[in-house]
Amino acid sequence: MSLALAPQTEADEPGRETAATPLVRLEGVSKVFANGTVALAGLDLVIGRHEFVSLLGPSGCGKSTALRLIAGLGRPTRGRIVGPEGAARGAVGFVFQEPTLMPWATVFDNVWLPLRLQGIGRREAEPRVGEVLAMVGLADFAHAYPRELSGGMKMRVSIARALVTRPSLLLMDEPFAALDEITRLKLNDELLALWRAQSWTVVFVTHSVYESVYLSTRIVVMAPRPGRVVADLPIDAPWPRDEAFRTSTAYNALCRRVSAELHRAMEG
Amino acid sequence: MARALESPPASLPAPAERAEPAAREDRLARILAPIVIAILVVGGWEAIVRVHEIPHYILPGPSLIARELVESWPVLWPSLLITVKIAALALAAAIVGGVGLALLCSLSRWIEIALFPYAVVLQVTPVVSIAPLILIYVDHTLTAVVLCAWIVAFFPILSNTMLGLASADHNLRDLFELYGASRWQQLRLLRLPTALPYFLGGLRIAGGLSLIGAVVAEYVAGTAGTGTGLAFRVLEAQYRLNIPRMFAGLLLLALTGVAIYLLFGALSHLLLHRWHESAVRRER
Ligand SMILES: Nc1ncnc2c1ncn2[C@@H]1O[C@H](COP(=O)(O)OP(=O)(O)OP(=O)(O)O)[C@@H](O)[C@H]1O
Ligand SMILES: [Mg+2]
Repeated sequence: MSLALAPQTEADEPGRETAATPLVRLEGVSKVFANGTVALAGLDLVIGRHEFVSLLGPSGCGKSTALRLIAGLGRPTRGRIVGPEGAARGAVGFVFQEPTLMPWATVFDNVWLPLRLQGIGRREAEPRVGEVLAMVGLADFAHAYPRELSGGMKMRVSIARALVTRPSLLLMDEPFAALDEITRLKLNDELLALWRAQSWTVVFVTHSVYESVYLSTRIVVMAPRPGRVVADLPIDAPWPRDEAFRTSTAYNALCRRVSAELHRAMEG
Repeated sequence: MARALESPPASLPAPAERAEPAAREDRLARILAPIVIAILVVGGWEAIVRVHEIPHYILPGPSLIARELVESWPVLWPSLLITVKIAALALAAAIVGGVGLALLCSLSRWIEIALFPYAVVLQVTPVVSIAPLILIYVDHTLTAVVLCAWIVAFFPILSNTMLGLASADHNLRDLFELYGASRWQQLRLLRLPTALPYFLGGLRIAGGLSLIGAVVAEYVAGTAGTGTGLAFRVLEAQYRLNIPRMFAGLLLLALTGVAIYLLFGALSHLLLHRWHESAVRRER
């Protein structure tokens, strides 16, 4: 696990939040599925501590695959992945692209699950589960079953479940894609506030250029067939980011730049 | 056209008002339809028997069967209890054996590879042909009869539970792995709840089969057997050409089968109605 990493990341001169200590490091990672699909080919990616990295790319370019490999779900066909540490002890939170809830369990029990697996009882877990449910605006639905919720509500339960262990690395696979505009913006802000307060590291998969620019300290643009990194853009916009930022010219300029990169990626 | 626009049609009630009576009508029809069929069949049967003056030792009419059922109730009721006991014991053993073996198979692929073929062999061999052997080798007749019924009831529980244990959502399995769940935690919190609807489906089939198995085994055991189960009573009535009593016994067996089916249906609904697609009411 020991890593001798040259401080070459200093050269990027990213925003002040971007620290150089690597948390996860993917070296020449390839993933070929049993049916012969080459999902990733030679992916190099270093995620630094306290970064907010967005993976941006067209559908099918291997974003989910990369995220799962980072979480340790599945092995790369070639190459290697270093870190993150303490994954099994709740240090990594994962939000799947689908809600992935247990249909037989109430919202409370679904969110309690990560703590329960660590041996924390219902009583003891109650305040923390209540806290994250309130955070995603579902405090009143603790006793509902997943089938009684809308798609966006299910996704919010899934987000609450990932947050409940207070992970130091949060991996999110298009968590807000199913949400309405208002809720999405609200959760964007809450995620940012949490990230800044808790000194988390976030890897965030998205389709949305606007969302990624608003949230990230760095945007990694990926191209499909085979999946690879085509651009790695630091977003050195000022903090705090709020409504004013959303309407600023700096924001628009960044969006245009990222859009252009995405177009280049899609044209191959 | 213009007139229709002026005065809104009065005959169209609001949807909310319409839903209630429709649901009630539906429920009423569900109860009434089978009753109408029963009245038609029983009435027709009685009429044919009377008009053609068919002797009761060939085809007794429903009224005669009903009278026989009441008169021989002191004989039939204890026998029914014995048959139900056999079926219940066999079903209990089938649940323990089926779920137990399914768990073993889910623990190790090698156990599955080694044992499952024999479970299939047991399933495809007709119980009527094994029953005589079992009755020879197992001295205690009740045990032998229960064993026969067990053979019939055990497979649906085994195969359904196995399928259920293997059906856990892949992403959920990943989630459990991510949080370092132990095998026991995975089993208890993920695999068993996933398997529950499958198991209950198997239980509904096995419930009826255990009764059939008990009847078949009693038939084969015949006079050598426990001698008092309901199937034996039917057999005995046949020897004595007491056809009305045969029908009465069969009627009782059929009703018992229906009762078992309804019982497990209710159990299944009770356990699943909060979350499983098969049991939740569709609301549209
Ligand atoms: N289990 C699997 N077996 C075979 N091929 C797979 C599997 N999972 C993903 N793939 C393939 O790998 C490629 C990348 O898939 P992935 O899910 O990572 O894409 P994605 O970038 O997340 O797309 P989207 O934005 O649509 O979610 C796709 O071409 C897909 O067909
Ligand atoms: Mg994806």
